[in-house]
Amino acid sequence: MPAMLRRPLYLFTALALALTLAGPSNAADPHPAKEVDFSFEGPFGKFDRAQLQRGYKVYKEVCAACHSMRLLNFRNLAEEGGPGFTEEQVRALAATFQAQDGPDESGEMFTRPALPSDPFPSPFANEQAARAANGGAYPTDLSLITKARAGWPGTFRQLVNGLGGSEYVYSVLTGYEPPPAALAAEQPPGRSYNPYFAAGHWIGMPPPLSDGQVTFDDGAPNTVADMARDVAAFLAWAAEPKLEARKALGFQVVIYLIVLSVLLYLCKERLWSRIDH
Amino acid sequence: MSEHTVYQPKSALGRWFEERLPVIGFTKTHVLDYPTPKNLNYWWTFGGILTTMLAIQIISGITLAMHYTPHTSMAFESVEHIMRDVNYGWLIRYIHSNGASMFFIAVYIHMFRGMYYGSYKAPREVLWMIGVLIYLVMMATGFLGYVLPWGQMSFWGAKVITNLFSAIPFIGEPLVTWLWGGFSVDNPTLNRFYSLHYLLPFVLAGLVVLHIWALHVPGNGNPTGVSVKSKQDVVAFHPYYTLKDGFALVVFLLFFALFVFYAPNYMGHAINSEPANPLSTPAHIVPEWYYLPFYAILRGIPHKLLGVIAMFGSIFLLFALPWLDTSKVRSGAYRPIFKQFFWIFVAVCIGLGYLGSKPPEGGYVVAARILTAYYFLHFLVILPLIGLLEKPKPLPTSISDAVLAKNSRRLAAQPAE
Repeated sequence: MPAMLRRPLYLFTALALALTLAGPSNAADPHPAKEVDFSFEGPFGKFDRAQLQRGYKVYKEVCAACHSMRLLNFRNLAEEGGPGFTEEQVRALAATFQAQDGPDESGEMFTRPALPSDPFPSPFANEQAARAANGGAYPTDLSLITKARAGWPGTFRQLVNGLGGSEYVYSVLTGYEPPPAALAAEQPPGRSYNPYFAAGHWIGMPPPLSDGQVTFDDGAPNTVADMARDVAAFLAWAAEPKLEARKALGFQVVIYLIVLSVLLYLCKERLWSRIDH
Repeated sequence: MSEHTVYQPKSALGRWFEERLPVIGFTKTHVLDYPTPKNLNYWWTFGGILTTMLAIQIISGITLAMHYTPHTSMAFESVEHIMRDVNYGWLIRYIHSNGASMFFIAVYIHMFRGMYYGSYKAPREVLWMIGVLIYLVMMATGFLGYVLPWGQMSFWGAKVITNLFSAIPFIGEPLVTWLWGGFSVDNPTLNRFYSLHYLLPFVLAGLVVLHIWALHVPGNGNPTGVSVKSKQDVVAFHPYYTLKDGFALVVFLLFFALFVFYAPNYMGHAINSEPANPLSTPAHIVPEWYYLPFYAILRGIPHKLLGVIAMFGSIFLLFALPWLDTSKVRSGAYRPIFKQFFWIFVAVCIGLGYLGSKPPEGGYVVAARILTAYYFLHFLVILPLIGLLEKPKPLPTSISDAVLAKNSRRLAAQPAE
């Protein structure tokens, strides 16, 4: 047998190395999101209640003008593991909105002050109305936005750093910049340049935040970066409201399984030592 | 293989029952006293792990079905209702969605173990073929299940995969319309996918029974590939393997739990958290990771029908594996050349998986074609040839001899005190 055939593994390794050419990189791919440290990351991460409350305020005063959050109800704001509003605060907050109800006894729909059990109101009646009001662009629902977008690609990086959805939101909100000279000529009307935006560089949303735009009740700093970080954290909670319960239960489960596996291993070793194996 | 013991009920009631339904004796013979080679390594624990995974998927899936609504206008919201409002709904759903990935991790290890140790060779050909059938039904079940949350990738994945059938000459188009229950992937499609996704796991359970039956006729293979020759070669399944498998199972569950609790969305696609939209195609339509090697084969071939044939052929080829491998030696441990080609084959499968996740352009397509060609070469040319050309290492005379030889080597390696 020829020497080559006796060592096919070496031959293969050489071939594999030769074939592992860097893949073509696509110029239209968005920039990987900026790194941000959030309190809810890592195995023991928890949401920062004050940050979620600030983030909700940014959503309510800025984002909610165009973006719905259909999956959220006011009651969620008082639930465990969330922004930590009290039941009374949520009732008062909900009452500042109007909700449609009915039909009443005469068959008419009517509006009443919203209750904690009502969903967050949507700014537009339907997608067509939203597009008509936003130059053809559709402001996407934000209920799951931090789960629906990955901040960066990479099988390994996503395993270590997470999917980066909150970082993606932060990066888009802080990522507006003048278009590079080469692209400036093709800027579509009503669009802004944002290299972090997932659907191509030209984003339909004008820069939504400006320094000092939202005044926080706790007097926290309110630069664009601060507000972007707070609202990204709020949206992360909205997408994954059971995150704290999940991580807490996970710790107990993992400890339990480690102890059980050690016990089983010791039993198994003891048992098998009785026979030649 | 001779049975170790015959069940003798001690009580009159026990005898009365056993004469009418010998289920206790059956359990004793086939579960407790079942003679098992004593040299099985941890690669042999994945059969038990897979059975457990099937049970976990069925139990979590039935629970999800209590809260899920298979309608295009409500499916996505009902899944979010499970995640947000059902007690521990997030846990059940993350167990089920990550459980599918864990199931496939385990089945791939189980299959590669079978390939390395020649578990498909006589007299276990039927056992292997039932296994391939189980794998096929698993793939169908996983695909159907991924459609149910009705996210963007659910919808577009369903569209791409069902569209493959349109490549069949003459009947392709009507067949796809029949599969969809309409002229597009829509509510009838979702309804029937849900129905079939509920059905197939029970088909799987039935096939698993046949798989285990076919295993218990010749008995387990083992890392030496030498058949069991005496009572010295075997131990009772319980407690020896219930404990060893149990330990491996708990370690596997630990790995599973790390994903469920700390990276529950890692195995999925972010874009599936967006509701299905038939008017907006995602930039990259990619199936779940466990289908990626076959997706790479499909896209690597420039002709649609040939691509579909190659993709299905790459799986159906496994049915013929017992006859494609011409070597009489079962275990790869005694086959120096085969062993190297085995690891190349593993690397090629992983490489195809990587390429399946990349956009079908430039160097990726070229590489996918080369690896596809190699995949088929491995089965159709390399395996038959090395069986004829290779000179295997001498086999141990029995399992006990192999175990004793290993132990004396281990003792010799330890420094004398």
